[in-house]
Amino acid sequence: MKLVIAYIAPFKLDEVRDALKGAGVTGLTAINAQGFGRQSGHTETYRGAEYEVDMVPKVRIEVLVDDTLAPTVISTIETTARTGSIGDGKIAVLAVEDVIRIRTGERGRDAI
Amino acid sequence: MDSGATAWMLTSCALVLFMTPGLAFFYGGMVRSKNVLGMLMKNYVAMGIVTITWVLVGASLAFSGAVEIGGYNVIGNFDLWGLRELGMSNDHFGLPYPDNVQMMFQLMFAIITPALISGAIAERMKFTTWAVFVAIWSIIVYAPMAHWVWGGGFIADQVGAFDFAGGLVVHINAGAAALALLLVLGKRTGWRQQAIRPHSLPLTILGAGMLWFGWFGFNAGSAFNADEFAGNAFLTTQIAAAVAATVWILAEQVMHGKPTTLGFVSGAVAGLVAITPAAGFVGPLGAMAIGAASGLICFSALRLKFMFNFDDSLDVIAVHLVGGIIGALLTGLLAEELYSGGLFVAGIEQFGRQALSVVIAFAFSFGMTFILAKVLDMTMGLRVTVVEEQSGLDLSLHEEQSYVMAE
Repeated sequence: MKLVIAYIAPFKLDEVRDALKGAGVTGLTAINAQGFGRQSGHTETYRGAEYEVDMVPKVRIEVLVDDTLAPTVISTIETTARTGSIGDGKIAVLAVEDVIRIRTGERGRDAI
Repeated sequence: MDSGATAWMLTSCALVLFMTPGLAFFYGGMVRSKNVLGMLMKNYVAMGIVTITWVLVGASLAFSGAVEIGGYNVIGNFDLWGLRELGMSNDHFGLPYPDNVQMMFQLMFAIITPALISGAIAERMKFTTWAVFVAIWSIIVYAPMAHWVWGGGFIADQVGAFDFAGGLVVHINAGAAALALLLVLGKRTGWRQQAIRPHSLPLTILGAGMLWFGWFGFNAGSAFNADEFAGNAFLTTQIAAAVAATVWILAEQVMHGKPTTLGFVSGAVAGLVAITPAAGFVGPLGAMAIGAASGLICFSALRLKFMFNFDDSLDVIAVHLVGGIIGALLTGLLAEELYSGGLFVAGIEQFGRQALSVVIAFAFSFGMTFILAKVLDMTMGLRVTVVEEQSGLDLSLHEEQSYVMAE
């Protein structure tokens, strides 16, 4: 089992979610996030005072998947979230030791 | 007495009171999310404390009798303490509505004035000390100033300056006090080293809308009647706010390339401040001039705090002190006989009287507030600890949070 974590541009969330659903993913978690990468920040102006804001808003998506589905999930996020411009984000893939469905107590692949 | 005037003045009382919650949210949106309740509370508590001090002694010191020093009427007496002698008539003020309504209308002004100061000391002042400050300030600074200008005191009588709805008593008074208090209090930790940004401009914009709405009671109510002078003050209020807001975003467009929502509402408030002393004396075109001047000059005055390195957190100086001065001075030049009911003649002589009144109001408010702030700093302490400041005033002062994560 894998935990796929993707940091994507917020406006891509709906598209990525729909594509992942289409690819057979049964659930995901999305979190509003802020961070910095190669993408530079932006300027904000309040009453004439300018602030350089280095942290840009991103959405962090977490998807638990079975090993067999992992490559599809990764490539789906990769192609859907890509615009080709800087700030498209990153995907990290982690090995998962166990998954437990709290309601039923199911474990492993059955809990995904 | 006149039931129409009474109805309008009762309405005006409610409108002016509504400005303090408006101000609270205007300020509350501009602070960081950890300090919102701390900011709201510093405004709301004025509605509690000042009502008590005003009824007990403030109203009497401002509007009852005269104590003269060297021929100058400087303060009222205690004859009306507790408002017991006010009666159920209009005997005291002789206005076309009951005295209790007039005293309540004046109370709402006494409430918002110290609340205005809170924007300068945002995100770092102890709540307990603030509460004591508001109580004492409303008696030793606000009441005398109200007496000098509106209670038959020497600014109206001997200086001969006119202040329709509170350019001196409310805005210059609060602005000068804000400067004194923030100088004793010091800067916020991290000011100019980290970006301290508004956490919710929609709250600020909503608050500004409430202020704009309530200001019609503030200014048109200050005609003390429901007549053509109230109508004119209402109209000039709208014009000045609209022009200043528009000029402010034009200035932003030229200087920074983009108009901002915070700029629009800041301009509106600056225009409302500046028209306050003039609302019942100038006409529509005079109001436009005052709106344009305040929009441009208050916008430029935002730089003062960076030039002189003082942390006027939410720009009370640039908006209220500078806006109040613009309005007080221009009243002397732009007042017209037709709109002021022939009360005084505008011109260079009146401009001089207005300027003198500005200097007196500034010096008194700054001096008294500076002393009060020093005394409170030595006895109670003005500032929260650095740890309390960093954890945010919501939690450290009030054991509450504005935005909780889970339900």
